[in-house]
Amino acid sequence: MRSALAVILTSCALALLGCEKKASVPPPPGGPSGGTAAASSGGGSGGVTGDTILIGEIGSLTGSEATFGISTRNGIELALREANAAGGVKGKKIDVRVYDDQSKPEEAANAATRLINQDQVLLILGEVASTNSIAMAKTAQPAKVPMISNASTNPKVTEIGDYIFRVCFIDPFQGYVMAKFAHDNLKFTRVAILRDLGSDYSQGLADVFKRKFTEMGGKIVGEETYAKGSTDFRSQLTAIKRLQPDGIYIPGYYTDIGVIARQARELGITAKLMGGDGWDSEKLFELGGSAVEGNYFSNHYSPDDPNPRIQKFIADYKAAFGGVPDALAALGYDAAQVAVDAMKRATSLERTAVRDAIAATKNFPGVTGTITLDEHRNASKPAVVLEVGKGKTKYVATIAP
Amino acid sequence: MSDLAQHLINGLAAGTIYALVALGYTMVYGVLKLINFAHGDVMMVGTFLGYAVAQKLGPERQTALWGVLLIFLAAMAACAAMGWVIERFAYRPLRDKPRLTALITAIGISFTLSYGFQLDFGPLPGASPRAFPEIIPPTEWLIIGDRAVVIWNWQVISLGIALALMLMLQGLVYRTRFGRAMRAVSFDHRTAALMGIPVDRIIALTFMLGSALAAGAGILYAIKDTAIQPLMGLYVGLKAFVAAVIGGIGNVPGAVVGGLLLGLVEEFVVGYSSSSWRDAVAFAFLIVVLLVRPGGLFGRVAAEKV
Repeated sequence: MRSALAVILTSCALALLGCEKKASVPPPPGGPSGGTAAASSGGGSGGVTGDTILIGEIGSLTGSEATFGISTRNGIELALREANAAGGVKGKKIDVRVYDDQSKPEEAANAATRLINQDQVLLILGEVASTNSIAMAKTAQPAKVPMISNASTNPKVTEIGDYIFRVCFIDPFQGYVMAKFAHDNLKFTRVAILRDLGSDYSQGLADVFKRKFTEMGGKIVGEETYAKGSTDFRSQLTAIKRLQPDGIYIPGYYTDIGVIARQARELGITAKLMGGDGWDSEKLFELGGSAVEGNYFSNHYSPDDPNPRIQKFIADYKAAFGGVPDALAALGYDAAQVAVDAMKRATSLERTAVRDAIAATKNFPGVTGTITLDEHRNASKPAVVLEVGKGKTKYVATIAP
Repeated sequence: MSDLAQHLINGLAAGTIYALVALGYTMVYGVLKLINFAHGDVMMVGTFLGYAVAQKLGPERQTALWGVLLIFLAAMAACAAMGWVIERFAYRPLRDKPRLTALITAIGISFTLSYGFQLDFGPLPGASPRAFPEIIPPTEWLIIGDRAVVIWNWQVISLGIALALMLMLQGLVYRTRFGRAMRAVSFDHRTAALMGIPVDRIIALTFMLGSALAAGAGILYAIKDTAIQPLMGLYVGLKAFVAAVIGGIGNVPGAVVGGLLLGLVEEFVVGYSSSSWRDAVAFAFLIVVLLVRPGGLFGRVAAEKV
């Protein structure tokens, strides 16, 4: 959006003055670092020296998404402490080298190159943002270094190659989760969709929701779109109000949802709003106020889930870092646990053997659900549905794949 | 039928904000023949200043009448000062340079403000959005039927302010000495200077007035749409620019009519065709208006002096 506007502004400025118009083309992401990494250590036993195993972690510890990286860091740290306290892997302690990518894909690619060439790590954990994970994966895959993303849900991440895994579900699954919840739990038959026209995330979730909800026998009564940056959704909402739906599916980000909820209430809309993990932020409560309460979204995990495994994780996390772990901390914890489990099961501490062991992960009991990695190296596991309450969310249901 | 009425109200409310921002564009263009692309970002800065004052006042005092006035006046005064600084140090040195130079500088200032404000440093707000407090607590002004159509107090207040400002500006331009000086500078600033008009002061004052207007518009925008963030100025600024051009840039009533028309066109496109068409139709509308009336609805086409 920013660059698009920049192009529009610049080009209309130039057009006004009768100059030749040139569209600016953004540089390709990733960078050339993949090639050099590939040349170094193909499938070796990187990171294993004497009695330690060195693994790498890349996260957004500073920059716009710093909370993502810090939560992940804590989750990974907790899992590794527990693993080392329990005797480590094959008699060796696990050591982690952490690099900050400042929430930027080019830094993520640089950090991956450093981890692979200089530190020679056995495997890499991270990132949260899909763009950063893709940049890392493009470096890790040619070097044949296994990588586990904790929270990147864009399907493209693991499509980069057979050394790239993730422990979270992918975007299309969330669309299914909410369709099932709306149909089975809420008994909705008429749902309208409001989607962010320029977001792959929003489009992906909305498409799947539409297909699945229709297959289940529900009816999509109307579809509206909005453009990122807009803060006036009244026209779309007025059009939706006329259709009298039971619910409105809005797979957007919390930045828009709060405002949409306020304007929906202002227009007298009583239909429930539903969305995906893009809603998950403290800011949702600030932007939406009381208007956003009573609506539902799907997420990776809920701290209210009564499952004893989850409650033990929360207690341990509180003791170690203070505060309730968010979904990203839980996913970081699971990513590290899956890595440790695979290293234990691997026939040797060679990268290829570890890769094979990660790929064979089946029914692993994580805190974000039972994790099975499918043939596309994505985690197949349940999602939770949360209800927005006053300043916090409430666990409602778990939906299995 | 009630849908039609509701869409009409939505469209007018959205158009009011475009109109208010467009007034500032038009003022500056009228005098300087400069499209001040930083105008939307000045609006953003004004909104954040209003937000800061409201936070300082706290929930009790920010809704009192004097509190609301203080929020508006403080933000408008600070933005006027910022407008002066921008004009003095970015535009004035370039006044006799080719127009493209000033235009590119304006885009540079726009980006400096919108991206600078995303830094999380000192008093800067950082990138994440904030909820502007409800300094005018929303109440239903008029309810038709079983809440089929609702008109809110702030919608009436905003439209009233926009129309009042339009009349005041029109009076200022055509009925005061300052306005006459503005028109003279606009006509030919070198000749105006020869006639003893303090050109620099007139231009600086126009900029300050435009920037103060932007701050006021920004706070009304925030009252309407709640979420404020550093990139908000780019989007609103672009729409307001289109509104100003539709109405005839440089023309005060034109800016208001253009803003309201654009708001209504966008609203009815979404309401009665598809929301994906919204921006495409809005910009196509601009093209059609310019094809039929190249100077905009209220603008005059000046013969180019060769």
